[in-house]
Amino acid sequence: MTLKTRIIPCLDVKDGRTVKGVNFVDLRDAGDPVALAKAYDEQGADELCFLDITASHENRGTLLDIVSATAEQCFMPLTVGGGVRSAENMLALLRAGADKVAVNSAAVANPDVISECAARAGRQCVVVAIDARQSGDSWEIFTHGGRNPTGIDAIEFAQLAETKGAGEILLTSMDRDGTKSGYDLPLLKAITSAVNIPVIASGGAGKADDLAPAILTGGASAVLAASIFHFGEVTLDQARKALSVAGAPVRPFP
Amino acid sequence: MKTIALIDYGSGNLHSAARALRVASNEAKKTREIRITNDPAVLSYADRIVLPGVGHFADCAANLRKHDGLIEGLEDAILKRGVPFLGICVGQQLLATKGLEDGETLGLNWIPGTVDRIQPGEGYAVPHMGWNALHSQQNHPLLSDLGDDPHVYFTHSYAYRDAADGHIAATTTYGEPIIAAVARDNIFATQFHPEKSQRVGLKLLSNFVLWRP
Repeated sequence: MTLKTRIIPCLDVKDGRTVKGVNFVDLRDAGDPVALAKAYDEQGADELCFLDITASHENRGTLLDIVSATAEQCFMPLTVGGGVRSAENMLALLRAGADKVAVNSAAVANPDVISECAARAGRQCVVVAIDARQSGDSWEIFTHGGRNPTGIDAIEFAQLAETKGAGEILLTSMDRDGTKSGYDLPLLKAITSAVNIPVIASGGAGKADDLAPAILTGGASAVLAASIFHFGEVTLDQARKALSVAGAPVRPFP
Repeated sequence: MKTIALIDYGSGNLHSAARALRVASNEAKKTREIRITNDPAVLSYADRIVLPGVGHFADCAANLRKHDGLIEGLEDAILKRGVPFLGICVGQQLLATKGLEDGETLGLNWIPGTVDRIQPGEGYAVPHMGWNALHSQQNHPLLSDLGDDPHVYFTHSYAYRDAADGHIAATTTYGEPIIAAVARDNIFATQFHPEKSQRVGLKLLSNFVLWRP
């Protein structure tokens, strides 16, 4: 009896539609975020993640009305990110119906944004999203949807984020994202060993059997995936079964 | 129409709590107005009162005290007139005698106890974030018919540490036993988020709508 593995479908959204790219380019349309949210709620997703993937790049705010419409369909926790630059941005998303807000580029540019967000809403609301790519025997952080290298070490930044008040880390492997070759387990292991806050594994899930290693080997608390769920390649039921068979505890559903 | 007052003191996720209470009322086949308010006058006629809360114990306590007459209105309704009450997350913690998050802060002391940081031990991430099993410690009406092995959503680093046995309604396990719900008379309060706990949470909320303590 302990905390169960969270299975988190991620809705990457551009212009109000859910999309999923391969290595963040070549976007494919995977549908209406509100309809997807409702379907995932009914399938017993443990949490939902909603990322406005172009907000940061195009320097525009997240679409609060889409967040609000999506939140209307959710009786599960909803994390929203994309273009969050300040505590004010975060509070607007929380008011629209988000439970947690993911901060990425702005937190890398100025880690004090993490402290400001945590002070205003509590650290359990603050998810720091880290996009990392392998560079020799370490991992480097990229920002702005994976476009900008920063020279910042992912492990050091994860520890800094925890110190500054992050409640959780959403860790995306840029090398694996969209490849369907499984999560980057060494990256996960390196980060989960370095911090004491929950880490969500992201980037690379291609089949149901890819999920359990992120928990059992990588030390993650949650597995996030997009296209395998949106395109019906893996149902949440299959995901639960695969995790359970491998020895990662899941929530009984229904 | 009967009214459920949802207390807006600047510290809660009112949007999801209000929507979940609306759906839960419908499921209980009761039409209820969900009134988001910090007006003590509303508390004089509200049939039920819900106190949400996220974030810091000290901040939430300060926000609650900021509104003139709000605590007096709550105490008149809940402690004197027995209006059914539900506290959620920090809205539960505030019922304690004191909280120790970043210094000592006095709570409402409706259900004596101390709120302190959880100590799950080596290998357990904090916050305790996610779905965990709910173990009933009482045959409480709000915990009835939640189904087999009910799981609910937690997100917290602090919790009630020392409530009286008779006040502990439910627990969970995260490296150590954690108090998940406290109850006394017409007061029930959860460390977890029923409004985020899908079917199990909605059932608990509809139990609350129907509760006659």
